[in-house]
Amino acid sequence: MTVGLPAFLLLAALLFSLGLYGAVSKKSAVMVLMSLELMANAVNINLVAFSRFLTPEKMTGQVFAMFMMVVAAAEIGLGLALVIALYRQTKTIELDRVDELKG
Amino acid sequence: MTTTVALVPFAVLSMLTIWCAAMMLFTRNVVHAAFWMLACMVSTAGLYLLLSAEFLALVQLLVYAGAVAVLVLFVVMLTLRRREDAVRTRDFSLPALALAALFAVLGWMMVMSLRPAYPDTLPDVTPGVAELGLELFSTWVLPFEMASLILLVALVGAVWWSQGVKRS
Repeated sequence: MTVGLPAFLLLAALLFSLGLYGAVSKKSAVMVLMSLELMANAVNINLVAFSRFLTPEKMTGQVFAMFMMVVAAAEIGLGLALVIALYRQTKTIELDRVDELKG
Repeated sequence: MTTTVALVPFAVLSMLTIWCAAMMLFTRNVVHAAFWMLACMVSTAGLYLLLSAEFLALVQLLVYAGAVAVLVLFVVMLTLRRREDAVRTRDFSLPALALAALFAVLGWMMVMSLRPAYPDTLPDVTPGVAELGLELFSTWVLPFEMASLILLVALVGAVWWSQGVKRS
């Protein structure tokens, strides 16, 4: 028994939906960032699977997945630095209570 | 080196990935959630091994399971004033669930409708780490250097933001 490309794509779609649910519904800033990582991870699975099944000799998907990882690492570093800065100023990381710009 | 993806390891790894991601979202403790994310990233590295992307699997372990999980745990520890604050109330949101379910159904339908175009068997060529390195340092050398610049800028920016800018 073997699996093909659609199985990987379905797995990635499911993982992305889970991450989407977390990013929209969570109230803690750290949990939102973790859900974003989950979504980036799902996209990476897609890239690597396409690269392996369609053009394995050129490996464009793998190179793209590597750049995705760079951007995701930069994003989580900056995001967590923002969370720390937010905590220093407001003493909370609950997104519900960060509403200074509300008119 | 086999030229197909066997069902059993794929099923085990994918179910592990989905389960860890779901547990990450539905556990109430933030610290537990960070560890579930770590487990999810490790099983994703197993999926990369199935797709014979060995270097990416290693990078995934180093970057996500190593650096990102430790960073998240540090921030969780720095932003909790009491131990009990780690356990949160369950934040459930019906619109978010509807959005995610809609997205999942759309993605599912898209993959299913395109299914005849996708191959079910692997091509004979297996990518190797040496070819990946050659590709990265010939075709992709300029984006590679820009990626390192992005990391440098992100590092400086993270230090700048998190040191606490004085309000003048």
